[in-house]
Amino acid sequence: MTLETETDRLRDRLENLRLRSRALTALRGFFETRGYVEVETPQRVRSPGMELHLRAVEASGWWLNTSPEYQMKRLVAGGLERIYQVCHAFRDDERGPHHVTEFTLCEWYRVGASITDLMEETEQLVSHVARSVLGRTTVTGPDGCELDLAPAQGWERITVREAARRYAGVELDGTETGPVLAQRARQAGLCIPADAVDWDEVFSRILVDAVEPRLGRTHPTILHRYPARQAALARLCSDDPRFAERFEVYASGLELANAFGELTDAVEQRRRLEEEQAARRDLALDDHPVDQRFLAALAQGMPPTSGIALGIDRLVMILCGAPRIDDVLTFTPEEL
Amino acid sequence: MSNASDLKKGFKFLKDGVPHQVVEFLFVKPGKGQGLYKCKLRHMLSGSQFEITYRSGETFEDCDVTERKMQYLYAEDDQLCFMDNETYEQTYVDAESLGDDRLLLSDNLEVDVLLWDENPIGVTLPNFVELQITECEPGVKGDTATGATKLATLSTGATVNVPLFVEEEEWIKIDTRTGSYVERVKK
Repeated sequence: MTLETETDRLRDRLENLRLRSRALTALRGFFETRGYVEVETPQRVRSPGMELHLRAVEASGWWLNTSPEYQMKRLVAGGLERIYQVCHAFRDDERGPHHVTEFTLCEWYRVGASITDLMEETEQLVSHVARSVLGRTTVTGPDGCELDLAPAQGWERITVREAARRYAGVELDGTETGPVLAQRARQAGLCIPADAVDWDEVFSRILVDAVEPRLGRTHPTILHRYPARQAALARLCSDDPRFAERFEVYASGLELANAFGELTDAVEQRRRLEEEQAARRDLALDDHPVDQRFLAALAQGMPPTSGIALGIDRLVMILCGAPRIDDVLTFTPEEL
Repeated sequence: MSNASDLKKGFKFLKDGVPHQVVEFLFVKPGKGQGLYKCKLRHMLSGSQFEITYRSGETFEDCDVTERKMQYLYAEDDQLCFMDNETYEQTYVDAESLGDDRLLLSDNLEVDVLLWDENPIGVTLPNFVELQITECEPGVKGDTATGATKLATLSTGATVNVPLFVEEEEWIKIDTRTGSYVERVKK
């Protein structure tokens, strides 16, 4: 086997890596001026995320974090009101042009912020980073389209329900069953396999095949108000409990960030985690303990908080116009 | 058997008993939801392409499809004879399966032959071939701007539209993907 030289391996990446470094500096500057404290939480934990579709990487009997959220919320409960962290997270089996098993995210929490406050802050952060790094806010995105990261009218905001209606022609609120949703999607002309009966799978297919490709092409789009079943760690909307306070940011066809109005009700959070734990057992997935210290922190009284995780690799892809996540990494797993 | 995490550009598998190849691939995972694999597949017998989305956990039947560099030797009835450049083994392919490409084959042309369980299922020509014109109207000098064309017959029997200034006996370059004239070549 002939190994390529490091010069060859990095030739097309050097500029992207330099830009990445400047982007991180700008990002830290943004949080510093807003009074955020940078924190570091352990990467190896006793209990990783409980979400059904996340596979954690085992590490000597414990697990590598799929997200630092439990520990960060404990810090919030303990009195740190504005925190952010730039760290690696690990999700096994996730690899593709936009995914890598070990990736970098920036996660931040702000006590007293509403989900709308967080939408604004995310918008300001992204345009601040673009201005600092590029001196402009228009880029040619990874999809080859011109993208304005700071449009005069602000980022587009659309609810999940409205997006499904407009782009897929499907009516949904999360209270329908999987087979009913599958039927509606087929009637709308989407290709849903006969054996797809699980609501979450059908929802994902609608999103992936009909909605996501239409989001964030010329300017970022905020997709918000997710069906409650899609937001296990989020507060329910006060005006309509079928939906939850969650939003995602899409830009250049990439899912860039995911935010929650954090659920602070320990009893409800325990119920949801135990439900997911049971579902994991039914499906013979890795069994994770419910994080009791996280629940205890909520029980102690966590102030109303919103939190968000933003994919750093993808942000850099957008700033560089890089089509593949590989283009902005120092090493891909295949290169180790 | 392979599973969804093996999917990538170029991956080949049996679907409904027929080899298919992934020509475009994107792993997607909206939110923390179900992981899905958006693929564009090519039906390796018909060449037709279509989109399909697989979920993680699905399995795929492996298929033994390989591509080999071969040289076109000769035609015998409705069979075309090719020789493997490495093993010198000869393989016969149904002329009909090549469609219009059949008329762009010249002796000793190097092509890619697709084998499924050692049986030839397809022949891919190089993107460009050079062929001689055996018959066409006399050339009209100077007329390069109007874009007018005339029909020319090539040594292989194929007919192709060429610009008016091209002469009989001249060699021309053909794009095999479109079957159209590209330029004159000096021989």
